[in-house]
Amino acid sequence: MRRFAFLLPMLLAATAWAGEPRGTGDLGIVVERAAGRVQVVDTTGRARLATVPDLGDLSHASAVFSRDGRFAYVFGRDGGLTKVDLLEARVVRRIVQAGNSIGGAISQDGRLVAVSNYEPGGVRVFDAGTLDPVADIPTPGSKVVGLVDAPGQRFVFSLFEAGDIWLADLTDPKRPAVTRWTGVGRQPYDALITPDGRFYLAGLFGEDGMALVDLWYPEQGVRRILAGYGRGEAPLPVYKMPHLEGWAFAGRRAFVPAVGRHEILVMDRDTWTEVGRVPVQGQPVFAVGRPDGRQVWVNFAPPDNGTVQVIDTETMAVVKTLAPGPGVLHLEFTPKGEAVWLSVRDADRVDVLDTRTFEPLARLPADKPSGLFFTARAHRIGQ
Amino acid sequence: MGQALILIALLVVAGHAVAEPIAPTRQQALLHLLKQDCGSCHGLTLKGGLGPPLLPRTLAGKDADALAAVILDGAPGTPMPPWRPFLSPEEARWLVDRLREGVP
Repeated sequence: MRRFAFLLPMLLAATAWAGEPRGTGDLGIVVERAAGRVQVVDTTGRARLATVPDLGDLSHASAVFSRDGRFAYVFGRDGGLTKVDLLEARVVRRIVQAGNSIGGAISQDGRLVAVSNYEPGGVRVFDAGTLDPVADIPTPGSKVVGLVDAPGQRFVFSLFEAGDIWLADLTDPKRPAVTRWTGVGRQPYDALITPDGRFYLAGLFGEDGMALVDLWYPEQGVRRILAGYGRGEAPLPVYKMPHLEGWAFAGRRAFVPAVGRHEILVMDRDTWTEVGRVPVQGQPVFAVGRPDGRQVWVNFAPPDNGTVQVIDTETMAVVKTLAPGPGVLHLEFTPKGEAVWLSVRDADRVDVLDTRTFEPLARLPADKPSGLFFTARAHRIGQ
Repeated sequence: MGQALILIALLVVAGHAVAEPIAPTRQQALLHLLKQDCGSCHGLTLKGGLGPPLLPRTLAGKDADALAAVILDGAPGTPMPPWRPFLSPEEARWLVDRLREGVP
């Protein structure tokens, strides 16, 4: 009893909102990148629940979630991989697994976490429970980008310098079986996988177009799509690399940011041909579909990073232009999309907006917020 | 000879005066840009990312004007864009000086 009385205040301090058991389906994290912290947030109460410090250099940090939605795996620029317990608001374990990393993925069965590295390159795979190393897939001379999980206990990723796409099967985690496609295009900079896990697309920085792999038929190799979408126009300068995660589907249409064009490209996902372009205000960075597919929300590279535009996927027109504040870095929808959260870096704020009325629902203070990641990602392929 | 040197020195000072010193508020804005926007590719702590590190030791021995030229006009064949629309040559050179001495 005495021991219990001693423990109780500690528990209350650690999980100030708890008091009784709670699920994790409406939790998420807000990355405060310069401070090396994450906030644990509640998307139902639209509130910050706790702050977890000491995660290192979180520039360009991203996160994936354990499939029970309790743990976030945060990938930091400094090569750090941190496992955060959202319920207890604490770091379970932190390792520095490389000099410089860019992102990661969690396997289909939730048991393996893979990290893609810039320095020294390659992909390292860890046990999701312990963060002990499991496998190492070096990519000599190349930074790894666009790492995603795929069905069949596989990971897919691209090599920036080499221009390769690699498919690693970790059915036997100690002995990854790697399929390599070389010369898929110049400077793949990011990639995405369709929500069904079938198609992997790498965006190319060094030329117009994307490289496509059909993971149902990997033996068919890599196909080039949207080749020459610039049609000879000189590309505009890109002040922040676009991201391809969270891309949007509406029926047969897929929406992706163009590189060096102030446009969102619209593709038909049966034929993988261009069916339209939506002119937008600047160089798009993220084009994220509302979960129901009716809207695509777009943010921009500097100098247009104070603007967010909303595209109606049926009419392929911009239906709303918002100016939340300077430095809108990321956006994340609630699991069913009634609200969207925006990180407004230079205003030190996270804004929550109603996606039908575009009215603000809440404003939360945050220290230079960047990435926003909600636990609904735990159950999506490729996130 | 001595007079000529003084004259040159005066001209140099005058030249800088004409170019206008960078105001403290603008310096803050430039440092913010360096950290947040350059940091997108070079890392918030400038230790590198998709772009190379911009630390004093990695820039040592490189020509300051050449570095300023890369900032202003980009590096063809790489993702480095030209920042000339947002920076004057003096501001680019000021950023190079800050990078070479190490940004806190």
